[in-house]
Amino acid sequence: MGRWWWVDFEETFSTSFEALTLNKTRTVLAVLGIVVGIAAVIALMTLGKGSQKAVASQIESLGSNLLTVMPGAQMAEGIRGQVGSMTTLTYEDAKAITNSSRITSVEAVSAELDRRAQVVAGRNNTNTRVTGVMAPYAQIRKIEMESGNFISQNDLDSQAKVAVLGPQVVTDLFSEGADAVGESIRINKLAFRVIGVTKAKGGTGFFSQDDIIFIPLTTAQKQVFGQDYVGSISLAAKTEKLMDQARNEVGYFLLARHKISDPAQADFSISSQEDIISTMTQVTSTFTALLSGIAAISLLVGGIGIMNIMLVSVIERTREIGLRKALGAKKKDIILQFLTESVILTAAGGLLGVIFGTLISLFLVRMISVPWVFSSPSYFLAFGVSAVIGIVFGFYPAYKASNLSPIEGLRYE
Amino acid sequence: MIEVSHLTKIYGNDSVKTVALKDVSFEIKKGEFVAIMGPSGSGKSTLMHLLGALDIASSGSYFLDEKDVSQLTDDELSEIRNKKIGFVFQVFNLLPRATALKNVSLPLAYAGVNKRERIKRAKKALISVGLADKFENRPNQLSGGEIQRVAIARALVTNPSVILADEPTGNLDTKSGDEVMKLIEDLNKKGHTIIVVTHDPEIAKYAKRIINLKDGEVVVGGF
Repeated sequence: MGRWWWVDFEETFSTSFEALTLNKTRTVLAVLGIVVGIAAVIALMTLGKGSQKAVASQIESLGSNLLTVMPGAQMAEGIRGQVGSMTTLTYEDAKAITNSSRITSVEAVSAELDRRAQVVAGRNNTNTRVTGVMAPYAQIRKIEMESGNFISQNDLDSQAKVAVLGPQVVTDLFSEGADAVGESIRINKLAFRVIGVTKAKGGTGFFSQDDIIFIPLTTAQKQVFGQDYVGSISLAAKTEKLMDQARNEVGYFLLARHKISDPAQADFSISSQEDIISTMTQVTSTFTALLSGIAAISLLVGGIGIMNIMLVSVIERTREIGLRKALGAKKKDIILQFLTESVILTAAGGLLGVIFGTLISLFLVRMISVPWVFSSPSYFLAFGVSAVIGIVFGFYPAYKASNLSPIEGLRYE
Repeated sequence: MIEVSHLTKIYGNDSVKTVALKDVSFEIKKGEFVAIMGPSGSGKSTLMHLLGALDIASSGSYFLDEKDVSQLTDDELSEIRNKKIGFVFQVFNLLPRATALKNVSLPLAYAGVNKRERIKRAKKALISVGLADKFENRPNQLSGGEIQRVAIARALVTNPSVILADEPTGNLDTKSGDEVMKLIEDLNKKGHTIIVVTHDPEIAKYAKRIINLKDGEVVVGGF
């Protein structure tokens, strides 16, 4: 009868299981390190993917055929002008783009100037983003009105002190869902009349479209912030297919207007939403990788814990190993026996880690309100890694066990 | 069937040498019942380890079924032990958490016998030692004599060339010791080759031939 390379899977497995259930407390403690490590990896990876998706969908919600012209030089040889010196774009640039007959691919243009400011209404006050915009801004950014109207060209022409509030600001200054139209607020001590409230768009932090106040660009420049330039110019291409054409037309138009012949010397840059998304994605994936690296270290520590427990187990079972060898177990039989044990340990730890990690990530995404993204690769990875840890850290104890002499084993008390 | 010539075993290194077995030669034929006797320190444990393929000799040869097993690797020795030798130890050496059936079938598992065949043969061996009703008992549910009979069944199950019993009654009371020796005697009558290592003349009486060891050398009964 042929000798199997492996004694008997069922036999090996049930023996391992018996050995592990013998000292349950120790088994649980041994596995804990792996559980924590895998749970941390899963939670962080899920969170990273979730925030990536959140950032992407928030940027996407601003409009998919949106181009943004930013002041400042292109990234030429890694040198870029200071933020404060980016004073190259103006309201006139935006108007010129709007009125140019040569630019055919652009549907709407709005220049913006954006600052944080203290805003007061009655006894309430809040610190929020105040954005000077042009009338087409609502169309470009797909802003819908809950009540009242958005900023009009008339408001710009007359530098009217009117404001459109985001729903979060309404909540902060008045009360949630209150109709603020007609109310009066003060921005940097200047009185403004509320003419409209926008619909909620969602998003948090930097990307919030709800915690914001819109005022006419001209008012923002001349009366509130005292600036002649604008922070950026937003463009909506007529269709998504015309994005590249729009980028070229506007780029060359502005180069000509700014009297620059070499495109490499441009004092502005044009980026699409996709460019911004890929940058943000890069940032979050670097961050995720970093955190996962830290989590991986805890896995390493968990692996050392497994090795420790397996070494103790080998010593405790010296007699059993000696007997098995006396009865005909070869080295590979003993190695497989102990490897099976350590892999059962780490795989079980991996499974528990995946479950806990998922629960933790479900809890965390609720707390920081990003979507929960299921990523099967990270699950398989985590599970695979834990099994590999079992093999790597179980090998030395198993090898040690396999080299025991049967005589010493049988003599051992 | 067993042919030992000039077998020597030296422990320790060059500076501290202990000669445990010195130039031992003898022959054991198929179907014999031999007792190896000697006081402690006589080298009988060392000889038993060599005969049991648990250890390799420093010099000399040991032929078991025409195969020299005095200088083999670990894994080769494992295979010899598995196929040709059945052990009965003084301290029983059963797996404490496994049933009698599982303990007896363990050598067959390492021989690569499939599960159904293992169980069949293990049951047969247990029946032959009179434990037909104890298949599912664990060692802690058995008496000393019963445990040693399980160990004998385990030694039998692979149908080995030789059964090697090391002080098989050392941990038993007189009554169960006698039972165990009668069982071993029966096995010999059925044709099994038996070697018993003991210091007890009462046990040695069961054997048909005695090899006496003293200070690592054969005194009477060898060639």
